[in-house]
Amino acid sequence: MARITASVFTSHVPAIGAALDLGKTAEPYWQPLFAGYEKSKQWIRDNPPDVVFLVFNDHATAFSLDMIPTFAIGCAAEFPVADEGWGPRPVPKVTGHPELAAHIAQSVIQQDFDLTLVNKMDVDHGLTVPLSLMYGQPAAWPCPVIPFHTNVVQYPVPSGRRCLALGQAIRRAVESFDQDLKVQIWGTGGMSHQLQGPRAGLINKEFDNAFLDRLIADPKAQAAVPHIDYVREAGSEGIELVMWLIARGAMGDLAGGPPPRLAHRFYHVPASNTAVGHLILEEQT
Amino acid sequence: MPLDKPYLDVPGTTIFDADQSRKGYWLNQFCMSLMKPENRERFKKDERAYLDEWAMTEEQKQAVLARDLNRCIQLGGNIYFLAKIGATDGKSFQQMAGSMTGMSEEEYRNMMIGGGRDPRWGRS
Repeated sequence: MARITASVFTSHVPAIGAALDLGKTAEPYWQPLFAGYEKSKQWIRDNPPDVVFLVFNDHATAFSLDMIPTFAIGCAAEFPVADEGWGPRPVPKVTGHPELAAHIAQSVIQQDFDLTLVNKMDVDHGLTVPLSLMYGQPAAWPCPVIPFHTNVVQYPVPSGRRCLALGQAIRRAVESFDQDLKVQIWGTGGMSHQLQGPRAGLINKEFDNAFLDRLIADPKAQAAVPHIDYVREAGSEGIELVMWLIARGAMGDLAGGPPPRLAHRFYHVPASNTAVGHLILEEQT
Repeated sequence: MPLDKPYLDVPGTTIFDADQSRKGYWLNQFCMSLMKPENRERFKKDERAYLDEWAMTEEQKQAVLARDLNRCIQLGGNIYFLAKIGATDGKSFQQMAGSMTGMSEEEYRNMMIGGGRDPRWGRS
């Protein structure tokens, strides 16, 4: 039986990818940020998953305004790295897990969530930056990745409550897959994020840290927070944080198990225009 | 019944909702086209001619030519789409975001290094 072993949460700021690709990680601006992920890189070497289920948002890359799915699961065998306007990042292509992805799609749709099935998709920094932060710069990514896109670009976006419930459905789907696989679910994006207009550059450390506190200890209360609170307090693109609730919903405490163990927590300002947040939660066995 | 849009009074912010998306369809689709290197080259060679291939309004074309991102957003642009113009120009996301604030590039960068914009900014 497949099982969820841990959840990883991280920002996916494109400038972080650029700093890695251009060899700037030791510069004074970037050093404190990358130092915050050193423990994570050791942790994932000690706790390697067989598959990563990676929740992210496409940033006008695979989905133009022609079609905007609210939730889309990548079922392909391979996902090329996108050219977002300055050429593709020099990172390995992403290998999928079509069998598990198709199984999850079947199960989650039967649990009343409308997923779009995607069999061809270029993946952008939303997916590749988290992989780089956790795995560094390997010649190939060490395990298959199932990309799971959530629309947080065009409003209205799905509610926190729906995202949490979706995570619970994904957990049930994973647990009904009859291969013995350790699956990690990653929620990415977010933290204070205002990328547009005269208000650009808004950072709200109090809001971000209260979000982290509640995500760990009281995810149901956090899931009840309305979108407008994220927009007012964490910026128009701060709404990306709802994606973390999908990953959090997949943890065992929401299925009647013990609370997860906090393996790592990190917060830093700034990375380009935003704050950076990061958590690792392990299942208690 | 009116739709629920509680975000219309957030200072210095335009939320990209279904109405904005409808207004900005061709502007944003033009931006998407810049993901192909050959289109970036064609745009750089003759911006006006390239823009004229798209069913954008004259106002939208002028806003793009002027790189006035605030205006582009008012006219239906979304920042993640507009970022492709900045990428084509060789600008970082920070340079693009900063250009909308009325601050110089250095002032904006220093504000971010200093912890970012105060969340109470613009509130009454």
